[in-house]
Amino acid sequence: MKVSMTVNGTAYEHDVEPRLLLVQHLRENMGLTGTHVGCDTSSCGACTILVNGETAKSCTLLAVQCDGAKIKTIEGMATNGELHPIQESFREKHGLQCGFCTPGMILSSWQLLERNPKPSEGEIRHAIEGNFCRCTGYDNIVKAVQHAAQQS
Amino acid sequence: MGKLMGASVKRVEDLRFITGKGQYTDDITLPGMTFATIVRSPFAHANIKNIDFSAAKNAPGYVASFVGGDIPEAIAGVPCGWQVDFKNGDTMKEPPHPLLARGKARHVGDAVAVVVAETQAQAKDAAALVDVEYEELPAVVNISAALKDGAPQLHEGVPNNCIFEWELGSGMDVVDSALASAAHVTKLDIVNQRLVPNAIEPRCAIGDYDDSRDFHTLYTSSQNPHVIRLLMCAFALGLPEHKVRVVAPDVGGGFGSKIFHYIEEALMVWVAEQIKRPVKWTAERTESFLTDGQGRDHITKAQMGFDSDGKMVALKVETDANLGAYLSTFSTAVPTYLHGTLMQGLYTTPAVHITVNAGVTNTAPVDAYRGAGRPEATYVIERLVETAAAEMGVDPAELRLKNFIPPFDGSENQPGYQTQVALQYDSGNYEGVLNRLLEMSDYENLKKERDTARANGKLMGIGFSTYIEACGIAPSAVVGSLGARAGLFEAANIRVEPTGSVTLFTGSHSHGQGHETTFAQLIADDLGIPMENVLVVHGDTDKVPFGMGTYGSRSLAVGGSAIVKSLEKIKAKGAKIAAHLLEASVEDLDFADGKWTVKGTDKSVAFGDVSLTAYVPHNYPEGLEPGLDETSFYDPVNFTYPFGAHMAVVEVDPDTGKVELKRFICCDDVGNVVNPMIVDGQIHGGVAQGIGQALLEGAVYDESGQLTTASYLDYALPRADDLPTFELDRTVTPCPHNPLGVKGAGEAGTIGSTPAVVNAVVDALRPLGVKDLQMPLSPQRVWAAMQQAK
Repeated sequence: MKVSMTVNGTAYEHDVEPRLLLVQHLRENMGLTGTHVGCDTSSCGACTILVNGETAKSCTLLAVQCDGAKIKTIEGMATNGELHPIQESFREKHGLQCGFCTPGMILSSWQLLERNPKPSEGEIRHAIEGNFCRCTGYDNIVKAVQHAAQQS
Repeated sequence: MGKLMGASVKRVEDLRFITGKGQYTDDITLPGMTFATIVRSPFAHANIKNIDFSAAKNAPGYVASFVGGDIPEAIAGVPCGWQVDFKNGDTMKEPPHPLLARGKARHVGDAVAVVVAETQAQAKDAAALVDVEYEELPAVVNISAALKDGAPQLHEGVPNNCIFEWELGSGMDVVDSALASAAHVTKLDIVNQRLVPNAIEPRCAIGDYDDSRDFHTLYTSSQNPHVIRLLMCAFALGLPEHKVRVVAPDVGGGFGSKIFHYIEEALMVWVAEQIKRPVKWTAERTESFLTDGQGRDHITKAQMGFDSDGKMVALKVETDANLGAYLSTFSTAVPTYLHGTLMQGLYTTPAVHITVNAGVTNTAPVDAYRGAGRPEATYVIERLVETAAAEMGVDPAELRLKNFIPPFDGSENQPGYQTQVALQYDSGNYEGVLNRLLEMSDYENLKKERDTARANGKLMGIGFSTYIEACGIAPSAVVGSLGARAGLFEAANIRVEPTGSVTLFTGSHSHGQGHETTFAQLIADDLGIPMENVLVVHGDTDKVPFGMGTYGSRSLAVGGSAIVKSLEKIKAKGAKIAAHLLEASVEDLDFADGKWTVKGTDKSVAFGDVSLTAYVPHNYPEGLEPGLDETSFYDPVNFTYPFGAHMAVVEVDPDTGKVELKRFICCDDVGNVVNPMIVDGQIHGGVAQGIGQALLEGAVYDESGQLTTASYLDYALPRADDLPTFELDRTVTPCPHNPLGVKGAGEAGTIGSTPAVVNAVVDALRPLGVKDLQMPLSPQRVWAAMQQAK
C-alpha cells in the first residue's frame, strides 16, 4: 500500500506491506534508528514519537494508519543544530545512562510540558510512567524534566 | 589530583543518545543482510521427534534453515566459565548446551531450529510454518524438588539434576555447636525469588562472514566482547581468534544479562558462514524473558545465634540454587564464590558456614544479575539481623553497631579483616555509614513518628540494611584456584597522538556507566590536558587490547587501574624526552599542568612538544624508541569491598496491603569517587532494581514450566510512579590496594536496598503479628499475611 507522511519536516512516500509497524517504517525505510523497540506490548515506551503533536507508541501503530500524518522523532527535536531544552536538561541532570529509553523519555517529557508547563514531581512521575528506564531509577529523569520546566 | 578528579563533569557520550544518534546492534544494517528467527520450544521438557521444513521452505523470501543435527558434532555448544566441584572432591557435572537442541528441549524457549529469510517479517512467517513434533515430558521448575529422588531428569550423566554440592566456612560442626550453646537463635526460611534483568535493549546478534579473508565479524549486545570472542572461538565454534572480530557497539543496559556467551551469538556466526551472507537475530521481548540469563532463585534455610549480650556467635546457611536448564557462563560462581564468600557480612561472627546445592531445572538459565550472589547473601544476613533484633527486643541499629567489625583502613597498623568465608576485606568503617544514615534519617524522631502513626492506626515501618560486597573482580590467581577458567585483569592502551591528543583503548565496556567521561577525566587530569583532547574507545576486539569487560563493579577499580599504569609509563617515557629537550636529567624534572619543568627554574617543555618529538624524533634521546603509546594489563591484588547502610520507610494500606515507600535513604562507601554525578546515578539505578525485587518483580513458572510472566504486562518492572526520590550520601574509605583508591559503585544500590524495604514492611506489620514475608511484597501477598496474622 502507498503511504505518505511528513517526518521531522521531510515528506516521504513509500509502498509498504499493510502489516508494517510504524516503528519499523521509521527505522528500516527512513533510517531513523533513534526510535527504539524495547517490547512488543506497548509497555516500555522506547518507541515513543509524536504523531500530529501527540505522543504515540510507534510499535502499536501500523505505518498505513499514519498516512498523511506529521511525525516527529528524536532526530527532529533539535532545531538548526540547537538542542531542545529538554535534551539539554537530560544531559545537565544526568537523566540518562545507557541511552536506550532516552528518545522515548524525551518525547514523553515534551508532551507533559506542552500540557503542563510547571508539573509537580508527582505529575512528572505519572506522565512518564509509560516509559521504562532500567538504569536511572527515574530520579535524575524527574530532575531533568523539572530543570527543563524551569527553562521555559 | 587535579581539578577534574571528584568533579561532576557532564557526560561526553550523552550528545549522541539525546539526539537519537546512538548506534545499538539492531541499528546496524549490512549490505545483503538476512534475518534469522529461532524456532523455540513451547514445552519446558520434551523430546523432539521430527522437524518438518517443507512448508517453510516454500515461504516467500526463505533463505535457509538449520537444526541441531546440521551443526557438526565437534561444535558441542556454549561453555560454562567456572568449575565448582563437589565438596567431596567429585568434578562438577557439566551437561552440554548445544547451539540448537539435539533431540530434546529443556525449557520453554529452548532453541530448536533457525530459519533465515530476506526480511525479518519473512523469517517470522517462515518460522511459523516449521512443523515440530514434540513428545512432552514431565518438567520440574523448583530447585528443591528437582534435587529430590524421583524428579524428572534433565540431562544424561547428571543424577538428581545435581551440578555440585559445595560448602565454605568454619565447619558445620563448629557452627552447630555454637548454635546449640547460643542464648538466642533466629531462624528463617527464605525464598530469594527469580528475577529477569530486563535491559530495555533486547539482545541482538549479527554474524558476518568474509570468505575472501576467511574472517568472521560478530556484532552483539554484550558487556565484554573479548570474553565472547574467546569463549566462542576456543570452546563453542573452534575458530582462530585472530580471524574473528567481535563488536559490542552502544549497548542498551546489561545488568549482568549481557555478560554471558549466548547460543545466538555463536549461531549467527556459524549461519553466516553457511549462507555466505550477513544474518541478524533480534530478540522480541518475550524471547528476552524466555532466554536472557535470569537472576537469584535461591531457597535457603538460615540460623543466626547470639549470646546473652546480643553478640553474634554463629551463622548457618543452607541454600538450594537453581541454575536453570543449562550452565550459563558464570552461573556456577554466583551462588558459591559470589554468595557464600559474603556470609560474614559486616559482623565479627566467629562461626559461619554455608552449604550450597546447585542443580538444573526446566527453566531459563540463571546467571549473574546486578549484584550476583551478594544481594542474596545480604538478604539472608540482614533479614536475620532485623528479625533477631525484634525477637530480642533491641533496636536493630544498636544490634548492628554492637556486632560490626571495628573500623580499619587496610594499612599495616589496621590490616585487612580475615573472614570465616575466605575473603579478606580491604578497608571499612561500617559504624561510619550507619551512624551517618541515622543522622540523615533523623532516626530518633522517625521512631517517634512511627509511634504516633501506630497510635493512629497506621501501619508505618522502618527497615535497615547494612551490606558489604566483593567487587573489582578479580585477582586472577585467586579466582583461578577457585575454578574460574579465565583471568580477570583489565587492559588499557593509551595512544598519544603526535599533536598531543590522546586516545584510550580500554578493555572495559560502557553500557550506561559513563566510562567515556570518567576515564577521560582521569587521563586529562593526570596529563594536564583538556578533556576534549581525550577520546575513549571500547567495545571492538579489532581496536582494544584483550580486555575482560564490565561487570562486578570492576571498571574503575580494575580498568581504571590499568589506565593509571599506562599513564605512569607515558609520563616516564615523556620525562626522558623532556629531559633531553631541556638538557636536564629526569630526576631534576617535575611534571604538572601538562608540562615538564626543571625544578627551581622556569625552563619547561609542554606535553604536546614532547609528544610531537616522540613521533618526529630528530632531536631525540639516544637508544629510546620513537612513539608515545603504552599498553598495560592490571591484575588486582584483592577484591574491593564497598559497603553501606540503607533505610526504607514505608506505610502499608490496611485495607489493600499496598506498600507505599515513603522514603529511601542510603549512605554508601565506594571508596574514592572520580565523578560524583555518575556514582550517584549508579546508586539510584541499583536502588531502584533492589526495590523492584522487594516490592514488584518476580519470574513465575507454573508447574508445567511455562513462564507466566513473559511480558511487561505480567512482569512488574518499576515505573517512575512506583518510586520516591532517593536520599543519598556517602562516606569515603579509600581502597588501600589500587592506585585510585576506588571500590566500585555499580551494584551497591541493588545489594543494600532489597532487605531494607522488606525489613520496613515486616516492621510495619509487626504490631499485627506478622513476622516474615516472602518477596515480592505484592498487595495480595501482604494482605494475605495480614489476614493470616489476625
